[in-house]
Amino acid sequence: MSEYKSGSNLEKVLKSGQFAFTGECGPPQGANVEHLREKARHLKGCVDAVNVTDNQTAVVRMSSWAASLILLQEGIEPNFQMVCRDRNRLAIQSDILGVYSLGIRNMLCLSGDHQKFGNHPEAKNVFDIDSMQLIYTVKTMRDEGKFLNGQDVDVPPRLFIGAASNPFAEPFDFRVYRLAKKIAAGADFIQTQCIYNMDKFREFMKRAVDMGLHEKCYILAGVTPMKSVGMATYMAKQVPGMDVPDSLIRRLRGAGKGKVAEEGIKFALEQIEEFKEMKGVAGVHLMAIEWEHKVPEIAERAGMLPRPVV
Amino acid sequence: MIVAQPKPIKEILEMVKDKKKLLVVGCKGCVTVCNVGGAKEVGILAASLRIARKRSGQEIQVDEHTLERQCDPEYVDELKDIIGDYDAVISIACGVGPQFLSERYPSTRIFPGVNTQFMGGAVEHGVWSERCAGCGTCVVHYFGGLCPIARCSKSLLNGPCGGSSHGKCEISKDVECIWDTIVRKMTEQGRLTELIEFRPPKSWTTARDGGPRKMIREELVK
Repeated sequence: MSEYKSGSNLEKVLKSGQFAFTGECGPPQGANVEHLREKARHLKGCVDAVNVTDNQTAVVRMSSWAASLILLQEGIEPNFQMVCRDRNRLAIQSDILGVYSLGIRNMLCLSGDHQKFGNHPEAKNVFDIDSMQLIYTVKTMRDEGKFLNGQDVDVPPRLFIGAASNPFAEPFDFRVYRLAKKIAAGADFIQTQCIYNMDKFREFMKRAVDMGLHEKCYILAGVTPMKSVGMATYMAKQVPGMDVPDSLIRRLRGAGKGKVAEEGIKFALEQIEEFKEMKGVAGVHLMAIEWEHKVPEIAERAGMLPRPVV
Repeated sequence: MIVAQPKPIKEILEMVKDKKKLLVVGCKGCVTVCNVGGAKEVGILAASLRIARKRSGQEIQVDEHTLERQCDPEYVDELKDIIGDYDAVISIACGVGPQFLSERYPSTRIFPGVNTQFMGGAVEHGVWSERCAGCGTCVVHYFGGLCPIARCSKSLLNGPCGGSSHGKCEISKDVECIWDTIVRKMTEQGRLTELIEFRPPKSWTTARDGGPRKMIREELVK
């Protein structure tokens, strides 16, 4: 047996103690493989792994496992996302086996946005199990070699198990306990929701470190650069569980016409600098939504290049 | 109780457009309590149908009858001598009513006059709220007496999710985040450690997922 749980690049980078840097790529709303390849190529060499979202915001897209495989063909390590909204435990376990069999080594376990947000609000949701139980499922299959029904898995899937944490959702005091619960369920790494309220995140990390959670799991801080004032106000008002302080919106507004996006990147770079020093933070997860072509520049300016080869 | 709401009158008129003699049947159970299917509402619906049909020049006879319960064969039997007189029956009981009527009177056309919503109760006058999903294995005691299966939009057993904001659910500012309430209540009761315990996947075999359900109480079966 290897010293690694999965042997993924992301796991190796984190285990080597180097500051990790992950990216994100949303599959197309169609079979536009070329567009997906093009977006992904911007990320190649700039990040340690790329999250491939699973019908995010409940909008139908190319399946996350298929898009993950396309990234693999491009020589990019995917972090396959799976939500509990669209699959029951049979589909979940069979997809886990499928993605592992085809070379995927990282998997992020999520509950999933409610379908009411998306483009098929008439759909029936599944939620047979929740994100916590999904983490447990992958861990049980990997470490015990058992399905949820207790039967043996014929060659267990060795995946590096990720989970999300939103320090800005409520009730705030419970959030760190929920993080602890995800780690106890089997999460190897955590990627947080986009961080804008730094004071609140510092407090959250302090509590996590006090509980020793950073020693049991790698915590990657979520960063999404603001492209415009409109994006900032939309996120502040319309996206549940998102905390965008007025001070940031004022700062972006103050940047002046044509300079807001650069100000957004500057804020992101300042955040990354602080995260590098922040106790308990093992890396950054950069979600440059439909801004993949900016990732090389952000990675360069953040001092993240070249990425380590482990 | 089972909570229902009236179907739009237009939809009901369309259902019975070719009928000339109707019986509207109410129920004195849950639907009377939630003001949708009792004797009073039978009268209102019957009058509305008569007026609408008169207006359109297709007069109709609509009679009224309210049963003690429509979910009990003993009371459903009460209609046996009169039901043959009608072209169709509109039941304004919950979804159980029209089915019990259809089963007992197979040659009569039975239409539903209400849309059955959920199992819940009145939280204030005129406002009803869902409480139970009928999963067949009650677990509310783990969650401060509140059911996340019926009341969390994602039925999370290990909530709250990242969409909880200001005590509201991510799907709407009008929907309470039950997990926010569960956490607050368990904290107040000094039982937070119970919520930090992992809740394993639930068996849905006792819920509707296990197939249509039937309950047999041997001691009551003659």
